Amino acid sequence: MKFNLKIWRQKNAQVAGKMVDYVIDNINADMSFLEMMDVLNEELIRKGDEPVAFDHDCREGICGMCSMHINGRPHGPLRGTTTCQLYMRNFTDGETIYIEPFRADAFPIIRDLAVDRSAFDRIMQVGGFISVNTGQVQDANNIPVNKADADLAMDAASCIGCGACVAACKNASASLFVSAKISQYALLPQGRIEAKERVLAMVNQMDDEGFGSCTNTGACEAECPKGISLTNIARMNREYYSASIS
Amino acid sequence: MNKKSTKSGLFSTLIGKKMLMGITGLFLITFLMVHCGINMLIFANDGGVLFNKGAEFMGTNPLIRIMEIVLFLGIIAHIVDALVLTLANKKSRSVKYAHEKPNANSKWYSRWMGLLGTLILMFLIMHLNHFWIVTRFTDHIAHSELDKLPGQETMFEEMKEIFENPLIVLLYVASMVSLAYHLLHGFQSAFQTMGWNHPKYTPAIKKTGFWFSVIISVLFAIMPIAMHLGIIK
Amino acid sequence: MTVLDSKIPEGPLETKWSNYKSHVKLVNPSNKRKLEIIVVGTGLAGASAAASLAELGYKVKAYCYQDSPRRAHSIAAQGGINAAKNYKNDGDSVYRLFYDTIKGGDFRAREANVYRLAEVSTSIIDQCVAQGVPFAREYGGLLDNRSFGGAQVSRTFYARGQTGQQLLLGAYSALSRQIGLGNVEMFSRHEMVELVNIDGKARGIIARDLKTGKLERHFGHAVVLATGGYGNVFFLSTNAMGCNVTAAWKAHKKGAFFANPCYTQIHPTCIPVSGDYQSKLTLMSESLRNDGRVWVPKKQGDKRKPQDIPEEERDYYLERKYPSFGNLAPRDISSRAAKEACDDGRGVGESGLAVYLDFADAVKRLGKSVVEARYGNLFDMYKHITNEDPYQTPMRIYPAVHYTMGGLWVDYNLMTTVQGLYATGESNFSDHGANRLGASALMQGLADGYFVLPYTIGDYLAGEIFTKAVPTDHPAFVEAEKAANERIQKLLSVKGNRTVDDFHKSLGKIIWEYCGMARSAEGLTKAKGLLKQLREDFWKDVRVTGGAEEMNVDLEKAGRVADFIELGELMVNDALQRNESCGGHFRVEYQDEGEAQRNDAEYAYVSAWEHKGVGQEAQLHKEDLVFENIKLATRSYK
Repeated sequence: MKFNLKIWRQKNAQVAGKMVDYVIDNINADMSFLEMMDVLNEELIRKGDEPVAFDHDCREGICGMCSMHINGRPHGPLRGTTTCQLYMRNFTDGETIYIEPFRADAFPIIRDLAVDRSAFDRIMQVGGFISVNTGQVQDANNIPVNKADADLAMDAASCIGCGACVAACKNASASLFVSAKISQYALLPQGRIEAKERVLAMVNQMDDEGFGSCTNTGACEAECPKGISLTNIARMNREYYSASIS
Repeated sequence: MNKKSTKSGLFSTLIGKKMLMGITGLFLITFLMVHCGINMLIFANDGGVLFNKGAEFMGTNPLIRIMEIVLFLGIIAHIVDALVLTLANKKSRSVKYAHEKPNANSKWYSRWMGLLGTLILMFLIMHLNHFWIVTRFTDHIAHSELDKLPGQETMFEEMKEIFENPLIVLLYVASMVSLAYHLLHGFQSAFQTMGWNHPKYTPAIKKTGFWFSVIISVLFAIMPIAMHLGIIK
Repeated sequence: MTVLDSKIPEGPLETKWSNYKSHVKLVNPSNKRKLEIIVVGTGLAGASAAASLAELGYKVKAYCYQDSPRRAHSIAAQGGINAAKNYKNDGDSVYRLFYDTIKGGDFRAREANVYRLAEVSTSIIDQCVAQGVPFAREYGGLLDNRSFGGAQVSRTFYARGQTGQQLLLGAYSALSRQIGLGNVEMFSRHEMVELVNIDGKARGIIARDLKTGKLERHFGHAVVLATGGYGNVFFLSTNAMGCNVTAAWKAHKKGAFFANPCYTQIHPTCIPVSGDYQSKLTLMSESLRNDGRVWVPKKQGDKRKPQDIPEEERDYYLERKYPSFGNLAPRDISSRAAKEACDDGRGVGESGLAVYLDFADAVKRLGKSVVEARYGNLFDMYKHITNEDPYQTPMRIYPAVHYTMGGLWVDYNLMTTVQGLYATGESNFSDHGANRLGASALMQGLADGYFVLPYTIGDYLAGEIFTKAVPTDHPAFVEAEKAANERIQKLLSVKGNRTVDDFHKSLGKIIWEYCGMARSAEGLTKAKGLLKQLREDFWKDVRVTGGAEEMNVDLEKAGRVADFIELGELMVNDALQRNESCGGHFRVEYQDEGEAQRNDAEYAYVSAWEHKGVGQEAQLHKEDLVFENIKLATRSYK
């Protein structure tokens, strides 16, 4: 297969970037998208050019590191997949493929397609946890949890923190990410104890990082590779209102 | 927790501001229902007798007069809040994508609420100019056919006069299309923003929102058309 | 000849750890504030250690090469985590978990460490639940368990197929809390490129900021390496792309002995390689073997479609060779059997490097809906990757490198042979012997980080309370940074013709061929020569683009591959000296009708290698394994 690639190249955060055209040929349909990028980079290195920097690590859809905006959508054309789970057979021969970084002012570009998502970490650091020290805990089965709640908590907890929700949202809102973590803890008895402080701290931090607001377009849910539900955002809002007025 | 909140107060955060959008939105929806209900009186087709009574009630009842102020405050809050949120949202992505396929993940009208709202605002200014200013700030409108002074008209006659102009009818109908799409997203979105999302009830809310948006907009749109065509006399 | 002191506490096995804890030296809280600890790596072992040490009051600095500590490859573990809770009332106990682990490791692990691991396993579950890890539950609200390979009890706790993810996010949340409180300083996108020793003690690291390329000096009273395994020496493995041996290797070159490097685990059920462009292998859960039947054609080079091969022309080789365990034979045995079939020219698929895992009988017996309920998500994943429907045509599977049991040698305190340098989790060698059981890696990582290191490190640091923080303009730091910088400049200045990946692939081929599932003295000797040549070629002909002081992915990879090549030479040496077959190490010369032949009389020891310079033969030290509580037995699955 042959593709025309239009890739965002930017040397670092200080200089402006631009879309650069590449042509790549002899691509096997069974190659993964990132393997196609590997082939491109090998070609660039052989020619003495610098390879395209992009984030990736586990290549099995769980670490959340890969982060490309492909043909106008975060993680490309398929639903429920990360960039690393995309295969070239999902594209048509001769197609033009646009490859851009996840764009949000809260995710500054480091180089080419690699962005800095440490804003997510900082949100977690103000409240994305249960305040319990190692060792100071009771037997695990002393905390029974309703199975339905445990399942919902697990649904929310499967977020991989990739940032596709932010990338897809027209407001670059981080609501889906933040609400998934708030929901996970809000649904569990262990997490209820400091639920109020948690939601206030995390919501404030989310604003401070410069993410936009949620306007319920649903783009985040549609593009989330792990299918995190919008109901989490409603739950976060409920938690926030009740924490604010109590 | 590790950090004391930097801001205090419910409306200090974007979520709080969204809550205000939701509350005012739902309030405006209730206003639409009342407004539509009163206007429906023209379909009695009694030369506007019943309608004029309704109009008189709305213009004189003290509770309604107070609510009118609340309504205006609600509209202003809805608009100002939207502007504040939109500005914050615009700032969150200063470099745009070169290539985007937003329709793959969301409905166009959910993304264009600001534009739809602006169209509705423009309509509102025209609409207030047509009917509200004349009743509140001029002596032009009589309460009923009976106590009509020379040169005065009833509300019903004012309506007939204004809707004689086909261009205005067209503007009204077009604006109702904007309203329909604004509500199509806004109705269910308000519930979501308020946190009222539940697997059992949300499908019903969405369905209600859809039919509400369609029916209320169609009803409003039919009125100027019917007046213009003389179906209502 | 041994200089290794494993520092195993005296007394009966059952009370070693509690006695140790009662008598270990303590550091008082006001002194903890003055002591700085460096933790490299933020997987299960690193994140849990960093968080727990910070909770105790130490000043912690944590490092990871990923953009966030949440992305370490522990996240990819699917199956579960073992713990001797006996919640199922099926007779589990600390002793049984201990015994299963020792036996599963083919009697090549240290008794005292493994017993301690089994002992603290129960606390791990308590800790994780308190953190909000959403383990699977039953309708009564209590925790659910499932059974896993190598055990006759149900002791595996799980969170859907994402147990590693949930445990890591739990440890990450604890770490995040400490970062927020200011007790941990986090350095993400940082790679350790040099260890700094002062007067024989580990005192810091040189780290490269991967965003800017700048080298930084960091001081610590102690250094903890939690940097994972070295499976990527094979180029293709189930490890993440960035997993590397560099930190451990730098430590090795600065005096830390490397133990049992030849013990690598090959997982039998991975999706086979589809072309030479392939970058990574994906694991299919072992649970598939409960209902799938493994076979290859009886005829060599049979290229017919699987559906066209009649029953009598198929060889269900696992069922034939191991009638009592059949398709459920342990990992190392199934992997080797698949290799033998393919070496015999009976492999399937385009490459001939795959065997069938067939569900046709299961569908017939159970119905498609039952099969779908059990394995639906795995079938979808398979279809997504290969574009073939396992309901219609058998899956193709092949073994792939999955885990490395070998690692830095540590004593009972998890301290390496460098004073003040610790290794935890997969980066050390201590608990799994020659083969790791399923659901035990997560257990070990968290045991080390939450419950072992926080005690044992105090024993060392109690003696360091008078040591002032060493300023980083100390000559040792200057020298280490200079060495790191020179190496980077050297890599950039070669300007040869072959890319880094090209070398990495060559390395992988050599190791896989000669030091993979089956090894022989002849092959290993050949590999030794090939690797030496490869190392020399690398430094003469590698091409690394870009500069040093910028984000440079090519340069990052080059440094890692250079270290992998040197590690490969050590692996081969280790495999060559171990004239027996045990666990993941199978020497073709030492077998009994195809089964591994262990040699307890001569090889019941840990091989710990001392670095003597690149290109020089490393020196072997032996730690004899003493089994006081367990009788050595042959593993048989026939």
